[in-house]
Amino acid sequence: MNQLMFIQEAISIAASLMLLISFALLAQHRLLSVLHWFSAQGIVLAITTLLVALISDHDELYFSAAMTLLLKGALLPWLLWRIIMKMHIHREVEPMVNMPVTMMIALGLVLVSFHIALPIEAISDLATHNTLAIATATVFLGMLMMITRKKAVTQVIGFLSIENALFFTAIGATHGMPMIVEIGVAFDVLIAAIIFGLFFTQMRSTFDSLDIEEIEAKAKRR
Amino acid sequence: MKQTLTLWLLNLLQASLMLLVAPLLAGIVRKFKARLQNRRGASLLQPYQDLRKLFSKESLFADNSSWIFRTAPVVIFTATLLAASIVPIIVVDLPSAMIADVIAMTALLALARFWIALAAMDIGTAFGGMGASREMTFSALAEPAMLMGVFVMSLGAHSTNLSTMVHFALNLHHLHPSVAFALAALLMVSVAENGRIPIDNPTTHLELTMIHEAMILEYSGRHLALIEWAAQIKLLLFASLIISLFAPWGIAETIGLLPILIALGCWFAKIILLAAAVAMLESALAKIRLFEVPNYLFTAFVLAFLGMLVHYILEVGVQ
Repeated sequence: MNQLMFIQEAISIAASLMLLISFALLAQHRLLSVLHWFSAQGIVLAITTLLVALISDHDELYFSAAMTLLLKGALLPWLLWRIIMKMHIHREVEPMVNMPVTMMIALGLVLVSFHIALPIEAISDLATHNTLAIATATVFLGMLMMITRKKAVTQVIGFLSIENALFFTAIGATHGMPMIVEIGVAFDVLIAAIIFGLFFTQMRSTFDSLDIEEIEAKAKRR
Repeated sequence: MKQTLTLWLLNLLQASLMLLVAPLLAGIVRKFKARLQNRRGASLLQPYQDLRKLFSKESLFADNSSWIFRTAPVVIFTATLLAASIVPIIVVDLPSAMIADVIAMTALLALARFWIALAAMDIGTAFGGMGASREMTFSALAEPAMLMGVFVMSLGAHSTNLSTMVHFALNLHHLHPSVAFALAALLMVSVAENGRIPIDNPTTHLELTMIHEAMILEYSGRHLALIEWAAQIKLLLFASLIISLFAPWGIAETIGLLPILIALGCWFAKIILLAAAVAMLESALAKIRLFEVPNYLFTAFVLAFLGMLVHYILEVGVQ
């Protein structure tokens, strides 16, 4: 029982770390530090999965923890890092709205998700039911990141962090999806990352830029 | 009746301890910094000698200075000392804690800041006005962050009274993520409020960057001594506040010679640790650009706010 309490506490800490990382992703100015935080998000996600695996009787969660660590903590960040290095785009992140305003919106989103998650948390009897509000918030924050960034690479990282957040939500709400779904999603994300890589190269060679606004302007002129 | 008298006496002793140790803390930080730079550094008692020198010197005033300029140092010093006497450092549940809570403490610090800005503008020099405007801009961002950080602890303790919060922190057996957020926010705000690197450099007189020093440029003699002393007390106040809220172990919960001596030793050891941390931080970091300071303070505010949200989401749970 005491051990269960301890793990529950550890899960709360991991959940608050997830929230902190989502904010850190939004606050970064440099592309490479965004990537570092994205990798950290994958690692925290893997730790959370491991912790949930310890208190639930789903043994396959150990496997998905290992997969998360490898795929989201190492492989995806490495793929993105290679793209960034190859295309020389490690310049500053350009947000549409300035940092304090983004942060205020982000805080508001956390409040909203807290409000949304309350009734669901009330009917859940899992040990992780507290994390649901934070999980919803991280999904929202990933979307906010996708919306407020101009560069395609940061938008892709936003997309991948939404995927991380959804995985986190699944673990918190139901102790993980069926294994086959999880493997499917993991491979989808991996393939998506590779396709994004090709896509970036295409965009660069066609439009000579990865800035979405610039691309739109050029597309209109054609 | 006798009990109350003892408590008041202890309170007075605690306040005078703050008053007397404050210059020593400044000396310790300077010494640590000097050692980190491979210098031998001035004696630990140098700040006391500086204060004595300033007190014996003549005070000069600009011709167009008004009574505000003359009274400001006294107001600043008194308000800071009063605020410092609220923080429990050795004994909890002292009378001053019953009278004033953490909001009153912040208000007293705000009063001191208001007067220093007023005095800076009084003589009408460019430096004074510039320093005052910077100080007020940053404090408008720092103060909510500080209050938010303290309020995270108040939420757990169900009180804004510092003694109650110390009791709460002492009985905190689980690791609370919200407390970590509050601690991070308060550490960031403390650095800004005391004008240390990376926000302001307390040793420079470079016009482009200074905030605090720009405001007190016109002061001399005993007036300058009072302001400097107040700044040292403020640093000790913030260090003690962080210690009492987040690491109060060893503080005396009962009145007695032994608990008080233990509390004194613990407090002093923790202060020295914090001084070492400040010195390391100041040696490792460079001053950030002035325009980055609002972002820095905003980060502190977001951290404190997150602490509050995390407290509600993870620690209060579903009603």
